[in-house]
Amino acid sequence: MPLIRNERFVMDTWRHLADDEGVPDAPRLSVSYVRWIEQRNALAMLPASLGVRLPNDVSPQKLAPDLGRLGLIVLTFPRFTDGRAYSQARLLRGRLGFAGELRAEGEVLRDQLLFMRRCGFDAFTVSERAVAEDWLAAFREFDVFYQPAEDREMPVLRRRLEAARRHFTVA
Amino acid sequence: MYRYDSFDTRFIAERVAQYRDQVRRRLAGQLTEEEFRPLRLMNGLYLQLHAYMLRIAIPYGTLSSRQLRQLGHIARTWDRGFGHFTTRQNIQFHWIKLEETPDILAALAEVEMHAIQTSGNSFRNTTTDPFAGAAIDEIEDPRPYCEIIRQWSTLHPEFSFLPRKFKIAVSGAANDRAAVRVHDIGLYLRRNAAGEVGFEVLVGGGLGRTPILAETIRDFIPKRDLLSYIEAILRIYNQYGRRDNLYKSRIKILVQSLGIARMRDEVEAEWTAMDHAALALPDEAIAEMAQFFPPPDPAPAPADDDGFGAALETEPGFARWVEQNTAPHKVRGHAIVTISLKEPGLTPGDCTAEQMDLVADLADRYGQGEIRVTHEQNLVLPQIRRVDLPSVWRALGAARLATANVALASNIIACPGLDYCGLANARSIPVAQRLAVALAPREREIGDLQIKISGCINACGHHHVGHIGLLGVDKNGEEFYQITLGGSADANAALGAIVGPAVKSEDVVHSVDTIVDVYLKLRTGGERFPETYRRVGNKPFKDALYAAH
Amino acid sequence: MAESDVKRIVTANRLRDGIPVYRTLDGGWSAAIDDARLVVEEESEALLAEAQSGPPPLPVVAPYLIEARRVEGKVRPLTLREVIRAFGPTI
Repeated sequence: MPLIRNERFVMDTWRHLADDEGVPDAPRLSVSYVRWIEQRNALAMLPASLGVRLPNDVSPQKLAPDLGRLGLIVLTFPRFTDGRAYSQARLLRGRLGFAGELRAEGEVLRDQLLFMRRCGFDAFTVSERAVAEDWLAAFREFDVFYQPAEDREMPVLRRRLEAARRHFTVA
Repeated sequence: MYRYDSFDTRFIAERVAQYRDQVRRRLAGQLTEEEFRPLRLMNGLYLQLHAYMLRIAIPYGTLSSRQLRQLGHIARTWDRGFGHFTTRQNIQFHWIKLEETPDILAALAEVEMHAIQTSGNSFRNTTTDPFAGAAIDEIEDPRPYCEIIRQWSTLHPEFSFLPRKFKIAVSGAANDRAAVRVHDIGLYLRRNAAGEVGFEVLVGGGLGRTPILAETIRDFIPKRDLLSYIEAILRIYNQYGRRDNLYKSRIKILVQSLGIARMRDEVEAEWTAMDHAALALPDEAIAEMAQFFPPPDPAPAPADDDGFGAALETEPGFARWVEQNTAPHKVRGHAIVTISLKEPGLTPGDCTAEQMDLVADLADRYGQGEIRVTHEQNLVLPQIRRVDLPSVWRALGAARLATANVALASNIIACPGLDYCGLANARSIPVAQRLAVALAPREREIGDLQIKISGCINACGHHHVGHIGLLGVDKNGEEFYQITLGGSADANAALGAIVGPAVKSEDVVHSVDTIVDVYLKLRTGGERFPETYRRVGNKPFKDALYAAH
Repeated sequence: MAESDVKRIVTANRLRDGIPVYRTLDGGWSAAIDDARLVVEEESEALLAEAQSGPPPLPVVAPYLIEARRVEGKVRPLTLREVIRAFGPTI
């Protein structure tokens, strides 16, 4: 499936291991959360970059001690209407300061990409349609945002506040 | 009123462009209905029995005359010449074509309006007191906070796919005219012991299949922390609200299952861990927003003059209308006027394009160009000089907008029901029409009586909080109505109790007449219906209704 | 009237304007319910499947089956909801 990373189509360079799959000699490996919990000490000693695939009903706090060791966290949207991963992403990117790749998978559709990016996702596993239908254009549909999130956009609330401060201090 | 700046204008243009492309992709087959449906719902577009229905946002029920005229223009150009005002202070059009909706949204954007998030599983219209800024019992004007919440909640990236819809109401007065306690989050402006104004925060209210009154989660939060606290509540709901069962997915269910104490613990823990700086509302931010909602000029208007006095004497309808449809304004010599959209026999809450133009003209001529929408499906002119009331009344009367029935029995609240709505089990409009016609002759004798009718359990007619509530149900293909009694939407909020077995459509008028007869016989000392009901209980009503025929 | 009089028709809402439409004998869609093709219950699933098929975009949204009778040349649905859809609001 195509992968979007930093608003471009790229190859996925990660191997995503099934729970019963042996560890290959590969530079980037992801495992399920269950496997991570069972085998984290052994996995952490590998030379590979590591990633965890987190279900959307597990608190990101569970990964807090490991964030420095992880290069990838995959969050899931089992149905695009199930929005729990938006909160997980914000917590990981914002409060917990995760600096690696934060990837969305599952039912990831064009019209949710911008919401996801704002919540801190920087990678998106999408369907084949994404290329033909030019889903990258979705990232450019808005450049005005009202509320702060985990992207670097200056929200309108903030822009106005700065303006208000100038107005009120000058007076 | 709030005025868009360049940010708002740009945002709304981007939204219209986005939606236009979504419609193009749907009509071209690039989006399935399953993919498109949440997108059109996020722009207020439903597919109903006869056509699409567009629900347009009227933020906290406030309209300028220019906006109201544009709604009339939309009614004429793209609908059948009328619109329907709703119990959440919005307006709906019932005869819309999908292919024309991008143009309609563009027409709305011209007057700083939109249909964003009037449906879908995200924040809906934040509603408030239709008398905000004008009422004598007001602690502080809630509208700046409504506008702050509206903007913060618009296309919120984290909370656009909640388990279910989310409704917030704010009240700034001693009397709750916003039905705060039946909202997912309710906010009361309060003064604490130190004299500081802040908010009491309630959570978990709602109607529908499981009606519940909201409980207080925080007695007092300073204004500065309002948004961050709301965000904390939403983050808990987004993560833990049920998603397995459509009928158990509102926040009220989460609050019931955790209990308010544990809900509070979760929210307070989240709030404590949050970075408050990002969402803090310092005084300058609030002052900047408050500039758009200046208090009325405190200079009193001239005292009632000869014209006013003469009208009272010689035109009996005028005196009744003043008594019933006007409320005291905080500035002497002014009044708050409610425009009744409830002429008995007509559809409650409906308004023609011509009537919209007339109300806009009256607002311009007599009332600073501002109109409000109430959650009882009426309109309000929030500030009219008393000496102008005779002229206003005559103009309204000529347009069939002067029925003197505010708070009376024929001021029925009714959802569109099975005549329009795909969710309904039974019709509500014809029932409302028959009841209003039947009760109008004695409604002044009855006094305050709130009758609310819903065509299905979704309760858009707010029947649970009617003094008399009617819920349409389908029994073997026939329309029946379940009657509830004793509900109330004010600060003493209460949910109505079912009086007995549902009655057939043709028996509704007789049943309500019987209930009213019992009330009139048993009430004492100026009791309104809810007080009498609380005192005497269900039995006298039940006995009278179901006595052997 | 006998149960055997009760047939099935397929209805949907037209995509571009939302108006109720009915599947006709020639495989098209008509806004007039009297044009609807009636089938017996045993054939109804096949009719529905046929109405749901075709390259996107289908001209309609969410076709479904309803019960109806032919009465003196006119097609009349059995439920109040479908009568309202076919003939308009009652007020």
